[in-house]
Amino acid sequence: MALFRDENTPMIDRYRWWEVAGIYAGIFAFLFFLLAPFLEGFLVSLRPLSQLFTSPYRFIPENGSFEAYSGVFERLPNFWRFVFNSFLISTAVTVAVLLLVVPAAYAFARFSFRGMAPVLGAFLAVSMFSGAVLLIPLFRLMRTLGLLNTYWAMIIPGVAFLIPSAIWLLRTYMMRIPVELNEAAYMDGASQFYTFRRVILPIASPGIVVVAIMTFIGAYSQQFVFALTFNSKTEYMPLPIGLFAFFGKQEVVWNQLMAAAFMGIAPAVIIIFFLQRYLVGGLTAGAVK
Amino acid sequence: MTNSRSAWIFAWALLAPAILYVLVIVAWPLVETFRLSFTDASLKKTVNWVGGANYAKIFNDTFLAVIVRTFTWTFFSVLLKMIIGTCGAVLLNSAVPGRHLFRILTMPPWIVPMAIGIFMWSWMYNGQFGMISGLLQRFGLTGGPVAFLAYGSTAYWATIVTDVWIGVPMVTIYFLAAIQSIPKDLYEAAWTDGASRWTRFRRITLPLMMPAVITMSMLSLIATFNSFDIIWILTRGGPSGQTTTMIIDTYNTAIGSKKYGEGSARAVVICIFLSLFCLAYFRVTRRLQTIGGRE
Repeated sequence: MALFRDENTPMIDRYRWWEVAGIYAGIFAFLFFLLAPFLEGFLVSLRPLSQLFTSPYRFIPENGSFEAYSGVFERLPNFWRFVFNSFLISTAVTVAVLLLVVPAAYAFARFSFRGMAPVLGAFLAVSMFSGAVLLIPLFRLMRTLGLLNTYWAMIIPGVAFLIPSAIWLLRTYMMRIPVELNEAAYMDGASQFYTFRRVILPIASPGIVVVAIMTFIGAYSQQFVFALTFNSKTEYMPLPIGLFAFFGKQEVVWNQLMAAAFMGIAPAVIIIFFLQRYLVGGLTAGAVK
Repeated sequence: MTNSRSAWIFAWALLAPAILYVLVIVAWPLVETFRLSFTDASLKKTVNWVGGANYAKIFNDTFLAVIVRTFTWTFFSVLLKMIIGTCGAVLLNSAVPGRHLFRILTMPPWIVPMAIGIFMWSWMYNGQFGMISGLLQRFGLTGGPVAFLAYGSTAYWATIVTDVWIGVPMVTIYFLAAIQSIPKDLYEAAWTDGASRWTRFRRITLPLMMPAVITMSMLSLIATFNSFDIIWILTRGGPSGQTTTMIIDTYNTAIGSKKYGEGSARAVVICIFLSLFCLAYFRVTRRLQTIGGRE
């Protein structure tokens, strides 16, 4: 007997009941692996600390409460400052990346002068080296420039490593804009710069939005190693480092750490639900045709 | 139009800021790492040229063990990401109700700040009270609590599992897009000829998603080789160096012990491996493009 048999289901998509059961079992196992840490983390955040350390293990908390959430602010008066810092750094990185990448992506999409192909290859090669490998000279550079323990030390290096994927993504998008538009603008006597600003940029803006979102997420999720190494001032710490510094020490206050983590990721989770269409598009556009 | 001199100037002017930026923040540090690796740079003011002494010093059994460990760690992590990613993509591609929701639910590990996801895993691995140890005890699979991060071999696998967890969403979504770009009529033709679901997967899906698998495994290889946050937060390379990969090792030498010269020599070794991967990647993707007839 086949399930989901109605007029609209193509024959090829009809499953036997055991096939459906198998698919759902597989999907649930897969999603359990991906979501279990969040589920467990959330339940931990609802438990009083004393109840956390009980044997035998229980999954569902008894008399759970949101106490740990308010406790976070007592332990970490700087909590919102950390969240603000995370947003500030990611926003600054995103703006800088866009300023550098939008013109460059257009150049790669529209012109093919000698030497540009190797430059594009070199940009892609940059993404192969993580910041962690280049920390020593970057550390010395930041120290020489007097930028250690400032926001700049976390923004400047971060930008460089997000440039390659942004260029690749936006170049793919811009190549789909018809060349005829450039030609028409040229016939009308528009300068190269005018064409870029008044003709191309407005058409490319949806692509720029996708790149901005991807860059922001990258900047928000990867602000660890530079912040760990180049900054030791509490007031400039982004959220992950702030939590790492305050909870990683002796006795870990797990329920508050989890509560803080959840408050910290709430913005990201909201972003997923509103922008997931862009995310899938953004992730795949640059890669698979 | 695109051949004129002014277009040439305009194109390079558009590229110049990005090129300059990357030269200063990536290319120059690369050269500098290479230069420093031949010096005894440290916190002292004076920097002396020491020739190959740093390299002579680091090439010992401990460092070779670190290299081997980095390769096995990366290998298992990438392999698991590819297998789980393929299974996930195939499952999410099936025409069952709720698949759009399932696709969204795949993304959190990728979208959430990496460090925060890792904090959650560090609780999961907690020996006495964490979920994994707790469930294992509940079902009587282990005699007592297992403190995963306290022993070398379990910590090694625990860090791999966390790395896989972070990498799988991206791999899955990418593979899903690859599967969906396979022309539907191939499946219909095979179905008409009576091919089973398994045969269709084995003979159509798998071969046609292979370019995506190869591309992704190369990219994933490079990213995993560079992995720092996961191991640093979970174990800091311990216990007794059992999860120390080359990146962690370099960080400990350079930033921990402030031995910039020796740390640079270790970083240079990483860079050599990365350059080889990078070359291989460009080679493979070029070959894939000629086979697939893509642009």
